[in-house]
Amino acid sequence: MLVDLQGSWSPLWGRLSLSEVPYHNIIVVGAFLFAAVLGAAILGGITYAGKWGYLWREWLTTVDHKKIGVMYILFGLVMLFRGFVDALMMRTQQMMAAGPHAAGFLGALHGYLPPSHFDQIYSAHGTIMIILAVTPILVGLMNIVVPLQVGARDMAYPYLNAVGLWLTVVAGALVMLSLFLGDFSHAGWVGLAPLTELPYSPNVGVDYWMWAIQISSVGTTLGAINLIATIVKMRAPGMSWGRLPIFTWTSLSTNIIALSSFPVLAVALFLLSFDRYLGTHFFTPGLGGDLMLYTNLFWIWGHPEVYFVVLPAFGIISEIVPTFSEKPLFGYITMVIASMAIAGVSWSVWLHHFFTMGEGPAVSLYFSVATMLVGIPTGVKVFNWAFTMYRARIRYDVPMLWAIGALILLLTGGLTGMMLAIPAINYTVHNSVFVVAHFHNMFLLIAFAAMGGVNYWWPKVFGYKLDEKTGRLVFWYWVAGTVAVFVPMYTLGFMGMTRRLDYVAHASWLPLLQLEEGGIALYCLALYYQLKQIYVSIRDRAVNRVGADAWGTSRSLEWMTPSPVPFYNFAVAPLVHARDEWAWRREHGYTNLRPPRYVDIHMPRNTAVPLVIGAFAFALGFGLIWRIWWLGALALIGIVATMIIRAADTDTGYVIPAADVARMEEQAGGQAPSGARKVLS
Amino acid sequence: MAMKNSGAGSPGSVVLWDEGYHGHDVISTRTFGFWLYMLSDAMIFATLFAAYAVLASHTAGGPTAQNIVHPWYAFGETVLVFSSVLAFGFSMTALKAASRPGVIGWMLLALVLGAGFLGLEIHEFVGLAMRGIVPARSAFLSSYWALVLTHGLHMALGLIWMLVMMYQVMRYGFSTDVVARLLSLKYFWLFQAVMWVCVFTVIYLHGAI
Repeated sequence: MLVDLQGSWSPLWGRLSLSEVPYHNIIVVGAFLFAAVLGAAILGGITYAGKWGYLWREWLTTVDHKKIGVMYILFGLVMLFRGFVDALMMRTQQMMAAGPHAAGFLGALHGYLPPSHFDQIYSAHGTIMIILAVTPILVGLMNIVVPLQVGARDMAYPYLNAVGLWLTVVAGALVMLSLFLGDFSHAGWVGLAPLTELPYSPNVGVDYWMWAIQISSVGTTLGAINLIATIVKMRAPGMSWGRLPIFTWTSLSTNIIALSSFPVLAVALFLLSFDRYLGTHFFTPGLGGDLMLYTNLFWIWGHPEVYFVVLPAFGIISEIVPTFSEKPLFGYITMVIASMAIAGVSWSVWLHHFFTMGEGPAVSLYFSVATMLVGIPTGVKVFNWAFTMYRARIRYDVPMLWAIGALILLLTGGLTGMMLAIPAINYTVHNSVFVVAHFHNMFLLIAFAAMGGVNYWWPKVFGYKLDEKTGRLVFWYWVAGTVAVFVPMYTLGFMGMTRRLDYVAHASWLPLLQLEEGGIALYCLALYYQLKQIYVSIRDRAVNRVGADAWGTSRSLEWMTPSPVPFYNFAVAPLVHARDEWAWRREHGYTNLRPPRYVDIHMPRNTAVPLVIGAFAFALGFGLIWRIWWLGALALIGIVATMIIRAADTDTGYVIPAADVARMEEQAGGQAPSGARKVLS
Repeated sequence: MAMKNSGAGSPGSVVLWDEGYHGHDVISTRTFGFWLYMLSDAMIFATLFAAYAVLASHTAGGPTAQNIVHPWYAFGETVLVFSSVLAFGFSMTALKAASRPGVIGWMLLALVLGAGFLGLEIHEFVGLAMRGIVPARSAFLSSYWALVLTHGLHMALGLIWMLVMMYQVMRYGFSTDVVARLLSLKYFWLFQAVMWVCVFTVIYLHGAI
């Protein structure tokens, strides 16, 4: 039943052969050398410092939600860097390849990237940025913050949490491997059907893309189950629904989206893999296949996915704005309703991603109106933040700068989104870089909020603040880069420049493309200062130590734990009295964070099982991509067997005696919350 | 949620901590999470049904649903699925009585009936393949095979799970973990029966018209 491949295949090695290593491509060799040197330096450094045992015990086998969150974010930042390098290469290519007289280098007719390579770069850029950078960073923040905000000791399923992390990392590893072994998909991050079908994409590129997304989506779905269950089942006594912090509310709505939409993507990709492996005809041009079925299924997931990433960003803004406005959030109830409404509407707008399908005016009208409706709950949120800031004593700390930047990006991105919701305009700018500028605008809003979140919660996780001065430089260079790249891109879109061009026909567009390249240079400076910020902050951590309430005016439960948070979070479950419990306690003078007595704590034991499952998942993905059937089959059996063996493990938890808890709390310091201010609420 | 007075502080003072709170009920949290997973599984089936609805008429000159489905044969499968669910229900009744032989015995019956269903399904698809009615023939057949066999795959996983649980009940008795898994398996098995009703109606009954 398997399809006939174009090219060689052997039972032992599948499609693997030495000729699949792109050693003739100088750019890829350079990337490989960079990765090899960096990897060797990191591994060598760990070995030299003798930290392997520490790494294994404290990080690789951990089930602690905060450490898992940190690893999610770290992984997301690494992939963000990879995605940024892709962006840099694309911008440079378009600037170098404008007009028929543009010179060509390295085998390209114009610029330095031949079309096949350029196509892989934009496909990788989109896949990485959305699935492997933004999503893990936000999932990491939810992982760290949600259990603390609901007053829980850990996630509902700590072990499952680690499984989700390692599946996501495996997906990233597969995408990175595609650089050095075989190729990556050239069909865009959306996987344009039927270009993804075997006759048109005979190499392993589409398989890399397909299985990487598939594996990471399993991780995201498991994470969604975990976060929903944590919010529903693990709340501290007194933490009623009406008292949940808004970030937790948005985490709930966003994970409901994830839980219901990722299976659709899974099916779309499975059907595509049946086409590619078994010769079925779901999305093929012949024998009854329907390529628009793929497009519809993809965007039935794809649009909810967009809100899956934007809602936590809204949640982060909703936490930062009240803290630095020194006021409670305006319109709590409407914020909750708006979050849930956005999640609901996300399901009924997918077709606006391809108005040009030819579905007729009635269908277009429906999706156009549904899309515009999104503006209502989003507008409610914007006004709520604005009213929170209205007549407040605003402090422009770094997280607040990011939050305000995100707000302005939401405004411009939202307005261009409203334009695109009108089918007549959409037809005109369809497939142009105007659309590209719009969704980058929205993703940058998410990135801004995520950066704000990282700056905001960093002291909670590590016990010291990130450096303020370099933090501001990161922000302003990032703002300048955003303006310089995307204002010209909007303009070029109106001028008719289509997306995914490896060669730009109009030499007259060159100045704007050069301006975009200048924006990329500004982003590079932001990157430099970002690395410097982290370096300086770690170096000066002794100076920047903070107490429980790092910002002095924060409001929710996580700020009632010592910074850094002990691995058991709360020694004793807090009894919640108000919507903003910590603000309430501060106002009523209950700032002593020591409970009167301690009790025994039950904790989950560390386990290497999630890592083993991750390793098997990698082998499974690799076996499927290269069609090494024995490897895939063994890996699948390995996963099932590991799960069954784990199910027989009855020793998955342990107890910390009350006396030990008391001693550890003593060591964590007196915890008079530093800089706590008395604030009106 | 009960706000128990922990005895901290003097009477009348505000209670800030709840030492007596040991969190949630483990079994209820575990089964709730599994129920959430079932929702995502339902979405998988929903998407496959949608694909089938789109592609059912795309027979590309090959066999149509009317040519290949046999409602009475599928009715036999239906009877087996439902008997299996009934047997599993009795197994859960035995769980309430904390009877190990009862749980294992009824589950064994559920397993045999489920295996019977799977046998009939495999027989049907082997027969189709022998006659050249393979998924590569047309989009309709692709979606037909994918939908019915996705359900079959779930049934097979359920059977493996039952084997594991019978062993666990024998080995560990009714520990918290085991009970949580048994209840999750109950959801899973019932859900597969519900999905079979949809498959039977949409593919076998509607297809025969």
